[in-house]
Amino acid sequence: MKYDTIIIGGGMSGLVAGIRLRKAGQKVAIVSTGQSALHFNSGSIALLGHEHGHDIKKPLEAIERLKPEHPYSKLGIDNVRKYVGEVAPLFAEAGITLHGSAERNHYRLTPIGMFKPAWLSFEGYATVDDPKNIEWGKVLIVNLAGFIDFYPQFIELGLSKYGIECSSRTFILPGLETLRKSATEMRATNIARVLKDEVILEMASQINSYIKDTNADTVLLPAILGLYDENPIRLLKSKVVRPVHLVSTMPMSVGGMRAQMSLRKYFMKLGGTYLIGDKVTMGRFENDRLVSVNTQNLGDMPLEADSFILATGSFFSHGLEANPTSIYEPIFGLDVVASANRPEWCDMDIYKDQNYMEFGVVNDNDFHVYRDGKRISNFMAVGAVLSGCNSMKEESGGGVSLLTSIKVADDILNGKGGKK
Amino acid sequence: MDNKFGKKHYDVIVIGGGATGAGTARDCAMRGLKTLLVERFDFTAGATGRNHGLLHSGARYAVTDQESATECIKENMILRRIARHCVEDTGGLFVTLPEDDLDYQKNFVDACLKAGISAEVLDPKEALLIEPAVNKDIIGAVRVPDGAIDPFRLTVANVVSARRDGADVLTYHEVTGFERDQNRLVGVRLRDTRSGEESVEYADLMINAGGIWGHHIAELAGVKINMFPAKGALLIFGHRVNDVVINRCRKPADADILVPGDTISLIGTTSTRLPYDQIDNMEVTPEEVDILLREGIKIAPSLAYTRILRAYAGVRPLVASDNDPSGRTISRGIVCLDHATRDGLEGFITITGGKLMTYRLMAEWATDLACKKLGRTAKCQTAETPLPGSEMDKTFGTKEHKKSHIIELSTEQKAAEGRHGSLSEQIEYKTEDDEALVCECEQVSVGEIKYAIEHLHVGNLINLRRRTRMGMGTCQGELCACRAAGIMVNYNKCAERTLRDLSSFINERWKGMYPVSWGETLVEGQFMSWLYEGVCGIDQLARPEDLIDAK
Repeated sequence: MKYDTIIIGGGMSGLVAGIRLRKAGQKVAIVSTGQSALHFNSGSIALLGHEHGHDIKKPLEAIERLKPEHPYSKLGIDNVRKYVGEVAPLFAEAGITLHGSAERNHYRLTPIGMFKPAWLSFEGYATVDDPKNIEWGKVLIVNLAGFIDFYPQFIELGLSKYGIECSSRTFILPGLETLRKSATEMRATNIARVLKDEVILEMASQINSYIKDTNADTVLLPAILGLYDENPIRLLKSKVVRPVHLVSTMPMSVGGMRAQMSLRKYFMKLGGTYLIGDKVTMGRFENDRLVSVNTQNLGDMPLEADSFILATGSFFSHGLEANPTSIYEPIFGLDVVASANRPEWCDMDIYKDQNYMEFGVVNDNDFHVYRDGKRISNFMAVGAVLSGCNSMKEESGGGVSLLTSIKVADDILNGKGGKK
Repeated sequence: MDNKFGKKHYDVIVIGGGATGAGTARDCAMRGLKTLLVERFDFTAGATGRNHGLLHSGARYAVTDQESATECIKENMILRRIARHCVEDTGGLFVTLPEDDLDYQKNFVDACLKAGISAEVLDPKEALLIEPAVNKDIIGAVRVPDGAIDPFRLTVANVVSARRDGADVLTYHEVTGFERDQNRLVGVRLRDTRSGEESVEYADLMINAGGIWGHHIAELAGVKINMFPAKGALLIFGHRVNDVVINRCRKPADADILVPGDTISLIGTTSTRLPYDQIDNMEVTPEEVDILLREGIKIAPSLAYTRILRAYAGVRPLVASDNDPSGRTISRGIVCLDHATRDGLEGFITITGGKLMTYRLMAEWATDLACKKLGRTAKCQTAETPLPGSEMDKTFGTKEHKKSHIIELSTEQKAAEGRHGSLSEQIEYKTEDDEALVCECEQVSVGEIKYAIEHLHVGNLINLRRRTRMGMGTCQGELCACRAAGIMVNYNKCAERTLRDLSSFINERWKGMYPVSWGETLVEGQFMSWLYEGVCGIDQLARPEDLIDAK
């Protein structure tokens, strides 16, 4: 089978590149193992949140100060400025509403009541412009009985540091009794499957009665609704008499799952081929080009393309792997930036800089990858598999994924992707 | 009887919350002594919680140390009776690899039989049928009555027993000195290791059961015991590779025992002498990891592609003979010292040396000596009386669990029964919420967490892990730590401390993963960072007092 572009990895990076290419008329296939880091998303996407351990207010200014090997530096500030504005409209086409601006970070409320800088947040999530100036008035934190992945006490503590008064209530929904019968079913995504229509109306009426009890001005609720689309969130908001915000829970992330599914559906609606549950096993290289790849399910029937994109993610997504003696890119054996000395990979303190977070594939200024020291002219990497940034410490993972994907897709469309 | 300071006066104060200290407190309390057990951190925080969890048959020592071998097999048989719920009768194999000398096997079998340890020579093919994980190239195999023992459960069961017989227990209380009356110790000075608050407790006799830390405790009393710390490192594998304990049939050396325990397997140990000032610094080096892995793969080749959950190390308290200050003659045997006859210091005895297997015998010796010194005549009953959780009375298993589930006995309730034995009947499942799972890897329910918090001296998440196995499974606490913290905060009512505790707990889990951070362990590590630092923002919250268990 012959495609214009084949993308290896079907998470946020791969899908955004795929959508962009498909919209321009390319024939595109995405090969996905079915896993996506979006499943563990916080409810927000960050562009650049931290610099030397401090929160950044204006990420675009801070991007200009990054080291040359950083993916943003390779993009160049002009491209960064150009592409940041294209993300929200693209997501909107896929049915995903994003709030926020690259000019100035806002803050998201974390599951344990902290505030962290963010660029774009999914519909309904609890965010503020500045934690020192929260305009929520009196807060009511509502949890579902038996849901143990949400922590009202920690959120209450976090908000109390900014002078916010909170009260908590727990409600029981008759519609969820079946879930509660099982010891492991009360997880965010399982609940979200059940929370719709009448159940939401029942929930809204219970919340309204608590609002009456507590005189609350704002309601916080775990992010346990809106798995397939945003309608349940809008319905609840329309029925509750005060503003309702969602706080992200421990995994799985309902907002992240929704985004992943919506992007995939949109890509497929555009006519893209999404090979889910499949895995690229090897590639065939000729001179400085990748000619075709083989997958587990298709066996010895190769997939050919003019251009290829590697969007396989970091260790976490198995885009990179480690054994006791080396760090490697497992599919193609691409060149990597990594220390050969195991003790240098990690720090014993998990909260300190972990060197392995910066490891990734070697890439040039247009994100072309290298194999045995040789640049592959039609093969580019995007997102977390790239070397040169510690997205954990910088809070930059989402932005790097999105902007490098858009850039590489555009380069392919402009003939810079090594098209013969 | 209260003393002149208006405080409770004890007959004995036992120092050290490992198996030996807890066992001694149990024995003392059972013999009617008013007993206080003090421990500077948590139970099992020292060598007790950092070994193989091997119920030695004694075979390992048969060739080199008949005395230890004999003690081991006797205690092995006793523990099978009194600590039923802590013991798993896996059986053990001593295998000869092609590179080992098969002639050693005959010596080994003879020495075992002489020590009273059953040792049956098997055809290697038969051994492979018994334990398919063993290297198929073995040229010899001997079956011995090894087993697995859970040191956490064992110690806590001893504490519960001591408490039932009236003993008081103080965890997080470090001995900083002794109260004296001329040449007699009359009490201990204590410092609360969390709050820093100081206090004094009085007793007629202090029993030093501090393991390797007993060296320092003796110094505080002004007497010298020559101890030589020997560090042993181990690796935990992510699933139960073998069902039978596998030993190398050769002179004891590095990494020659693979022990199954609950859901995992353990390979160990290395043995390195280290300076006394390093005994609280148990970092596992890359070299140790490489040795353990290399040797482990020889025993069970599938370890080469089994995920390593974590690495850890403990310190053996080796004691030099009194007549050899150089430390060249070192015994692994039990050392019980009456400092009155040895050093002219009254009111102080030390019980040390030995091993987890002989903790009960050590306790018996120490308590015998204590009774003699205090003029008591009660006899030791710990070899016959089952530990709490291991009682075989008629009612066990007949009590109906209050259940709201459809299934008769859920997996987590079975798991809890395995962990707590008959004590699991105290776990309450009042509502469906109590049956919800906190730790999916190890099947720990909300009810079990509540039971541990209410009854088993739990003040933080690491205590909770040691009591329930919560966070010990393949995800290493990623998903359950937060849930458990959410339950803890309902008890301690301090969200701030609980969050700091959570931050520290995650880091403690990572510390064991870090020496083996490749493959799936690195994947989990990155996920852990992603979730707790990235999504939650919990980094850098812990204060020094939150880290005392996280070493």
